[in-house]
Formats: sequence, C-alpha cells, structure tokens
Amino acid sequence: MEKPNFSYINSLSGGDKEFEKQLLDVVKIEFPREKNLYSTMLSEKKLSEAGDVVHKIKHKISILGLEKSYDVANTFEDNLKDGNTALQDEFEGILNMITEFLEEN
Amino acid sequence: MNCIIIDDEATARAIIVQLCTKVEGLNIVGEFPNAIQAIKFLNQNEVDLIFLDIHMPDFTGFDFIQTIKNPPRIILTTSDANFAIEAFEYSCIVDYLVKPLTQQRFEKALVKARSYNPDKHEIVDKSQHTGTTIDTKEHLDGISKVDNGKSEDLYVNIDRRLIKIDIPSIYLIEAKGDYINIKTEDKNYTVHSTLKKIEDKLPLHTFLKVHRSYIINIHKIVDIEDNSVLIKKDVIPVSRSNRPELMKRLNLL
Repeated sequence: MEKPNFSYINSLSGGDKEFEKQLLDVVKIEFPREKNLYSTMLSEKKLSEAGDVVHKIKHKISILGLEKSYDVANTFEDNLKDGNTALQDEFEGILNMITEFLEEN
Repeated sequence: MNCIIIDDEATARAIIVQLCTKVEGLNIVGEFPNAIQAIKFLNQNEVDLIFLDIHMPDFTGFDFIQTIKNPPRIILTTSDANFAIEAFEYSCIVDYLVKPLTQQRFEKALVKARSYNPDKHEIVDKSQHTGTTIDTKEHLDGISKVDNGKSEDLYVNIDRRLIKIDIPSIYLIEAKGDYINIKTEDKNYTVHSTLKKIEDKLPLHTFLKVHRSYIINIHKIVDIEDNSVLIKKDVIPVSRSNRPELMKRLNLL
C-alpha cells in the first residue's frame, strides 16, 4: 500500500527547508479542519457539500504523493455528488493515514 | 508583472507563492481566500495576471470572471480538469493548470501569459457571439477530456436534413425513449439521440441536467418550488442529487 511522502514537496522546494516546513505547517492546520468539515457534512447527510470538501482534500492527497488514493478520492467525490457514499471506508482510511503521517512529521 | 492569487485553500496559495519566487519579474501583490476580497482589491488596484481557483464556495472562479470589468490575464488553477472547455470560452484565460502544480508546467503557463495578446487570441468571448474555432489541443495540454469547442449553433439530423438550432434559444430538452425532444423559443424538434450526447454539445454554464430525463437552460427558469422548476410553461422535476448543483448555479440573494 502506498504511503504519504515528501517527493512532491521536495521537488517544489528545491532544498528550501524553510518552505518545506512552512507548507507542512499549513497542511497541518488546514487538513484537520477539512477532515472535520467532511465528517460534519456527511453526518448531516449533506453529500454534495461533503463532495466539495473532498475536492479540497484531494489536493492535499496529491501533494503528499498518494497517487492511487487521489484516484479513490476523485471517484468518491463524484459518488457523493451523485448522492451515494460508495468508497467511504476506503476514503476515510486515507484520511486516517494522512492524519498519522502529519502527527509523525 | 504584478499578480494576485485567489484560492480558498491556504495550501494552494502557499504553493503558488513558492512557484512564483522562482520566476523572475513576477511580483505577488495580493493573496485572497475568496473572490469577493479580490474584487474589492481590484476596484482600487490594477494587476497584470491572476492565478484563479475555480472551485470556491459561494462565488466560483467563473462567477468572478463574469463580475469584473476588463479582466486581466488569468491562469486557472484547479483540481478539476472537467472545466477546461468552459474555461476557454473566456478570452482572458491564458492557461488552465491542474493541481498539483509543477514548476515546469507553471513556467510554461507564464510564458503563455507574457506573450498573450487577447486581440489575437483565437478563442472568442461567448458574449461577443462570434464563431471562431479554438485550438483546444494547444490550450488543453495535459487535460484528458478534450472537445472541439462548442459553437452557438447545433445541427440535428431530422428526416435526412441537418437542421440548425440556435443553442441559446433552447430552454428544455427531454428524453423520450430513443429520442430527445428539444424545445426552443420558436419550435420543438424531436431527434433520435440521447441526453448524454446532447449534453456534451452544450455550454456547461448555461445548461444543467436536473433529472435523468431533463436538461434545462438555467437562464430560462421562471421559478423553483421544492423539487420542481418552471421553465416557460413546463414544470420539470428536479432530482434530489441534482438540486444542490442547481442551487449553486443560481444568483441567490
């Protein structure tokens, strides 16, 4: 199974450690907010709005180098917009994996 | 070149700032988490270039473009490749970047922005109602869903004749078995086709599928009540899954 990584961030930074830290700090602030908002929307059965949040989250998935997970998020976003929650467990597994990664780094 | 960044996602703005730092002659004069703040800024300031996200709550990137007078050059930055065709209906849009952004693709967009002359641009603003073709392959570099542009006219095959229909005059399209019924201001046309096929030929910002059997022209809506919409004299059901998108498209007070 793929793991979050810094390959994209490193390619952007060109070795600029300060930028790497700044970007990671922004992700650490923004990601949990989006994750919570997603959970709220889902619990309130606002599936289309949950899909909008997934749209934002999938950018973070991509910058953490999770290519297959990005595809899952993409399809899940479409599912939510169509009013169904197929792939929910898989998507939430990705969210948890990113949460652990951000806590460790 | 003075530029601003409009994106509700802080991570995305941070990445664009970083990409800009590696490009000479690019000066970021503002960062905005929503289009409204950017409009206020632009009322007082001029910029040469805008990096604009499409998918923002309440006020999308396209809403923004339609709101500002004399928009400068715009590079769209989005996670969604599906708006590429719509994007190039606006002559101010120079390029369309799909996130995650890379330095190489970013710099390529800037080269286009620097040499961009809207007067010579092949793509014409739809509001001008001229029908020049677009070279989508050139502009949609890296986008998988490539179309050959949408004109103001649609030709349908009826009794071996190709009949021209003025797209803006269409207010409703309904599925009827193996046929679709296209209703316009003047006339109705029954055509052997599917909603899916015709949907692909229509401008996204004007037409919306509100039910599996109906596509409506959102500019022709008379009123909306619960799960139905009145178009001319037709009451059309709006499915639950399509209602949020319909509501999003409306200019709600």
